Amino acid sequence: MSEIFGIPIQAFLGQLLLGLVNGSFYAMLSLGLAVIFGLLGIVNFAHGALYMIGAYVAWFSLEKFGLNYWLALIISPVVVGALGVLIERLFLKRLYKLDPLYGLLLTFGLALIAEGIFRDQFGVSGQQYPVPELLQGATNLGFMVLPNYRAWVVVACLSICLGTWFLIEKTSLGATLRASTENPALVQAFGINVPLMVTMTYAGGAGLAAMAGVLAAPVIQITPLMGSNLIIVVFAVVVIGGMGSILGSILTGVLLGLTEGLTKVFYPEASSIVVFVIMVIVLMVRPAGLFGKEK
Amino acid sequence: MVWLVVLALLLVAPFVGVYPVFLMNALCFAIFACAFNLLLGYTGLLSFGHAAFMGSAAYITGWLVRSAGWSPEAGVLAGTLGAALLGLLVGLVAIRRQGIYFAMVTLAMAQMIYFICLQVPYTGGEDGMQGVPRGTLLGVLPLGSDLVMYFLVLAIFVGVFLGVTRIVHSPYGQVLKAIRENEPRAISLGYDVDRYKLLAFVLSTTIAGLAGSVKTLVLGFATLSDVHWSLSGEVVLMTLLGGMGTFAGPVIGAFTIIGLQNFLADRVGSWVTVIIGAIFVFCVIAFRKGIVGELLAWQQRRRAA
Repeated sequence: MSEIFGIPIQAFLGQLLLGLVNGSFYAMLSLGLAVIFGLLGIVNFAHGALYMIGAYVAWFSLEKFGLNYWLALIISPVVVGALGVLIERLFLKRLYKLDPLYGLLLTFGLALIAEGIFRDQFGVSGQQYPVPELLQGATNLGFMVLPNYRAWVVVACLSICLGTWFLIEKTSLGATLRASTENPALVQAFGINVPLMVTMTYAGGAGLAAMAGVLAAPVIQITPLMGSNLIIVVFAVVVIGGMGSILGSILTGVLLGLTEGLTKVFYPEASSIVVFVIMVIVLMVRPAGLFGKEK
Repeated sequence: MVWLVVLALLLVAPFVGVYPVFLMNALCFAIFACAFNLLLGYTGLLSFGHAAFMGSAAYITGWLVRSAGWSPEAGVLAGTLGAALLGLLVGLVAIRRQGIYFAMVTLAMAQMIYFICLQVPYTGGEDGMQGVPRGTLLGVLPLGSDLVMYFLVLAIFVGVFLGVTRIVHSPYGQVLKAIRENEPRAISLGYDVDRYKLLAFVLSTTIAGLAGSVKTLVLGFATLSDVHWSLSGEVVLMTLLGGMGTFAGPVIGAFTIIGLQNFLADRVGSWVTVIIGAIFVFCVIAFRKGIVGELLAWQQRRRAA
């Protein structure tokens, strides 16, 4: 069997893998969005910008300081996480008592600032980041040739997602976090420093976005606009999945990436809009999202 | 009284050396912002995809006037109606979610419209749609003259402004405000909230479409930046900076932002985006009432004192 529905199986599996890679990024970003929204009540438009900065930090530390990919995978989330602390302390904490719309607008403004600065510094043309030596080449699986780096991205993203899920759902830190989401005043009364936890949550979400940026760096063009273009799709993913469940947002992200990959095989013109079309269908059938709770 | 002075200023502006195309462009964005304010300021719905309606109407008008040889009035009418129809479709989906989700859904659907505009052959894709002629209005008024065109745009703007004021002051507008203040209560009072919201959305997208159609005639082109999300963000900023929920606010906001962009464009390059972003952050943190809102609050404080 070398064809499936009239498509060469190589091309078919290749697109499916690409979809899986994209889906892993959707999962990682929508996970961060969901965690931040859960505790801060803020839809973080700057998430895309943080992802972009994450990729640039990796590129910059390689170009200027010769720090390799594996170090970047640690440095970048730390740097961007620190930026997250700054953003939360300086701006976001002033908004918690207001309509959540203001949080969206503020982070939108921050995203514009970041994009403008990076466009001024690095221009609009893309930067290339090399695939780390260890993960170069491809493995022949018999039925398809699997590029090692892509396989690594999928495994890494999904492990990070599941790790975050474990942290939030199964540890005592996660339990406090979830309790603060439900009733911050009560948790505070138990002597837990909720504002610190809020700051760390935002920093953690920012770090996740940065890590996604580093993981993406070798497979995409690093441009100042890479974040905003992605974040809008991730918003649609979040609407489809509903922000209620962490596993739900991971699953939705992966599934939508795969769907996009499949669309690229069968009807390439529609591949950029298929996620939005699915969003419309889900909103008509189940407005709260696939894993969301009806109010 | 203030309004008559402003109107008088706008009437004489092109004669005292203000570039009419700039004024027309700013007036189109003022119409756009008024449309947006009807939704955000008076109904409490944040649409983060309003550029899609302005841009689609711009493309429809541009294509009909340039390629199909329609008259300008028919082209503008068709563009406006197209935006209304599109608004109805998007609105039907978007009003199924409230609050922040409404913003995300409208943003996502606008991005879908953006991708469609990018791919269909009619729009010229990345190159945009160039060379749309202004033609003659109703076969008698030659719009090729900037001055004639300017007074037409001004008349349309005044019409829209009065129309929006009338809508807000009508019983229907009062219901919209009630929905903004307390949606569950409006429901419990027996109002079919979804229908009111949908109508407000369609009205707003229709006027946004009008702004886009007229802008195409003024500038002679329509491009992808008319449907891009960054324009959706800019109209939010115009409304926020001027003062949402006030009549004059969006107009002042639109003139400020367009003026600022014109002024900065050749001077600072990509720092325009940074400055726009910084104004955004500033408005949200410290200036949520906007220029007009702060002025009104100041006036009230003075009266109370």
